[in-house]
Amino acid sequence: MKIRIKFRKYGSLKYIGHLDVQRFFQKAVRRAGIDVAYTTGFSPHQIMSFAAPLGVGLESNGEYMDVEVNSFTSCEDIVNRLNQASVEGIEILSAVVLPKEAGNAMASVAAAGYSVRFREGREPAFDWRGQMAAFFARESIPFTKETKRGTAEINLKSGIFAFELQGDSIYMLLNASSAGNIKPQMVIEAFLAAYHDTLKENALMITREETYTNIGTQEAPELVPLAAVGLENVYA
Amino acid sequence: MTAQDKSCPEGMQGSPDAYQRKLALSDDILMKIEKPARYIGGEVNAVMKKKSEVDMRIAMCFPDVYEIGMSHLGIQILYDMFNRLDGVWCERVYSPWVDLDAVMRKEKIPLFTLESQEPVKNFDWLGITLQYEMCYTNILQILDLSGIPLLAKDRGEAFPIVIGGGPCAYNPEPIADFFDLFYIGEGETQYEALISLYRKCRRDKLGKKEFLRRAACISGIYVPAFYEVSYHEDGTIASFSPTEEKIPAVVVKEIEKEVSATYYPKKPLVPFMRITQDRVVLEIMRGCIRGCRFCQAGQIYRPVRERSLEMLKEYAVAMLQNTGQEEISLSSLSSSDYQKLPELIDFLIADCSKNHVNISLPSLRIDAFSLDVMRKVQDIKKTSLTFAPEAGSQRLRNVINKGLTEEDILQGAALAFEGGWTRVKLYFMLGLPTETEEDIRGIAKLSNQIAAVFFETVPKDKRINGKVQIVTSTSFFVPKPFTPFQWATQCTKEEYIEKAYLTRNAIKEQLNQKSIKYNWHEADTSVLEGVLARGDRRIAKVLLKVYEKGAIYDAWSEYFDNEKWLSAFSECGLDIAFYTTRERGLDEIFPWDFIDCGVSKEFLKREWQKAQKEEISDNCRKACQGCGISRFDCGVCVEEHFDEG
Repeated sequence: MKIRIKFRKYGSLKYIGHLDVQRFFQKAVRRAGIDVAYTTGFSPHQIMSFAAPLGVGLESNGEYMDVEVNSFTSCEDIVNRLNQASVEGIEILSAVVLPKEAGNAMASVAAAGYSVRFREGREPAFDWRGQMAAFFARESIPFTKETKRGTAEINLKSGIFAFELQGDSIYMLLNASSAGNIKPQMVIEAFLAAYHDTLKENALMITREETYTNIGTQEAPELVPLAAVGLENVYA
Repeated sequence: MTAQDKSCPEGMQGSPDAYQRKLALSDDILMKIEKPARYIGGEVNAVMKKKSEVDMRIAMCFPDVYEIGMSHLGIQILYDMFNRLDGVWCERVYSPWVDLDAVMRKEKIPLFTLESQEPVKNFDWLGITLQYEMCYTNILQILDLSGIPLLAKDRGEAFPIVIGGGPCAYNPEPIADFFDLFYIGEGETQYEALISLYRKCRRDKLGKKEFLRRAACISGIYVPAFYEVSYHEDGTIASFSPTEEKIPAVVVKEIEKEVSATYYPKKPLVPFMRITQDRVVLEIMRGCIRGCRFCQAGQIYRPVRERSLEMLKEYAVAMLQNTGQEEISLSSLSSSDYQKLPELIDFLIADCSKNHVNISLPSLRIDAFSLDVMRKVQDIKKTSLTFAPEAGSQRLRNVINKGLTEEDILQGAALAFEGGWTRVKLYFMLGLPTETEEDIRGIAKLSNQIAAVFFETVPKDKRINGKVQIVTSTSFFVPKPFTPFQWATQCTKEEYIEKAYLTRNAIKEQLNQKSIKYNWHEADTSVLEGVLARGDRRIAKVLLKVYEKGAIYDAWSEYFDNEKWLSAFSECGLDIAFYTTRERGLDEIFPWDFIDCGVSKEFLKREWQKAQKEEISDNCRKACQGCGISRFDCGVCVEEHFDEG
């Protein structure tokens, strides 16, 4: 049975990289005494899959991992046990049982929502609040991406699903699929470039708010949180 | 006291209502430096306490980078021990890596501990573990970044008491000027007494000097400020004596006699990032019965004391449960000599296999038993077998008292090859006393013979990839205090390098040379390691000088700068050769002679003389050699085993 676990990553743990988060959970499920399933073979490993890697320096309220278990008592019990085994900086928010046909966490990711704030004194020089709507309405949003072999010009437009002011912060919903992943910083850089400004060093505070999967079609997407495809309150 | 009594009280670690910690480093810095996870603390099983509930703050330091320091068992034992004590909060600090070091100097950020993220200079004690000589400049880095004056004499009441411990404390003299006191021997026994004394002196406002004066009378404690040294004209020591009447002339090492009923962490720290030894470590015994003559650990940790099977089982289960680690490693100087090893391994295999825990078994003698065990717990295709003959010829192995014969090695190799292993690692030392060219050629010959054994043992159609891989590594022998070789002359850099070339060329001449890969160690660091290992108090000014020139992380070849060291020595008017290649007389007073490590100088002298005669000494279980440690009345010295013959 596959359980989808949603967690939050905050505070000093934003300095822990994705591989270290994986290693943390491999050990946490053991401390929690969860009956996790292992692959067969000479060096078995836990059957576990993480949704979208989160960069160092970002916080998140919507991280996901799937874990295959042989048995469990309830989703609530899994949440409690994992929180007991966790540390300040990682909090388990929910657990749901995935239906058999559900794809794994990583393959399921279609989009992610982020809130982005500028650090004090590192805001853009222009009236960025006033220009957001106009920027988002542009037909093309060019971005110069650094690649291994130099730079490449790409168009971010089709991968930005929302870009709006929410209180103090910019909310953006971006393509986070493995093929078309867009980082929030890329969008801000494109935004500033459009107004002849450049981003100051370490100017952004970014929180991933939620990770989404597409339950609609390619043409008519319907984005729902990754946890929405699972069943809550399931008892074994 | 039983192991149970000292287990950690519930609810002390990582309480959920612990305040959200403010990090000492800004986000700008943490995002700019390599591996910020080194500096944030907050790991699983890190101990947080309320400041209002503690009156003793101890910063425990391993003066090297986080990944190395966090891999060290000793600190985990002391961290757990101190934090079990009421009112004591022990936190950790490691050397900032060179990138952060530069930032901290530039922005004047004081060095901080990982748990509370507070400046080290506000602590009561700063304990520094001394595991290898090449970390000595990092001690100065730690003090300097903390804002603590480097010399103990310049530190007033306001600064922490700086304490040194660990194997290098057995010759503390080169770094004596930087420390307020040294703890000689095993930490489990006297720290409680030292803490009580500290609290009393603080309460009665007696001052640091009086605390140190009284501390010097606690067994195992050495306070350098209360001893003075005078030198002969030739630079050797004329006298070494206390400056006050009540201060003991000899400092006797401390040992934990009840190793099965003492402190050991049931909840070791689990780092977020990958570290060098990323596993649960079960220390199965202290000490070694073997008595290899080059080995300091084999002498200073005497006598051998085994932990009980019951304790080890209990702790193995608890540590795996509390850490969630995927691997457990048995730790000791010679695990094959643990008498209940088969029972322990059976238990671990049965218990661990159901939880998918790997077992790692370093320091096993290669024989039918160990190969059988390794086959059960390791993937043969992925692992290599390690032999440590240390010397290339039987003659030289007799000199060093390494009780491993060519027959043992070749038979072990044959068994291993039959069992499917194809990779073998061999460890040797170059520059051992009495070594000849013939002995060095022996390294190449033995490597070749092992390859030949493979081709003889494994039929062509059964050879995986058709090959055998022999990796032969040599390090340079460095004479260490409290070993029979403490009188030995050390090689020069040129001699070391010549020996390495000779080894390489001899390997190239072998029939199976294509199966043998040869690695050797750098010579410059070995020379300096020797100076620091057998150095005296005068070395402190060289350390200060070389640190001024910017030397840190000398244990890391990419940062070691030999030129800085050479010029520091010449500017201080000290001669490296005095400490390395000089012939030491049997009656010379050594800088470390005031320490009683339990093994007598007479015994070491006897062993040194037997070495010259190529005579071996039996191990402790076979026949007592009268080293002097039996007066501690524990461990192998009180076992009933002498009838085994």
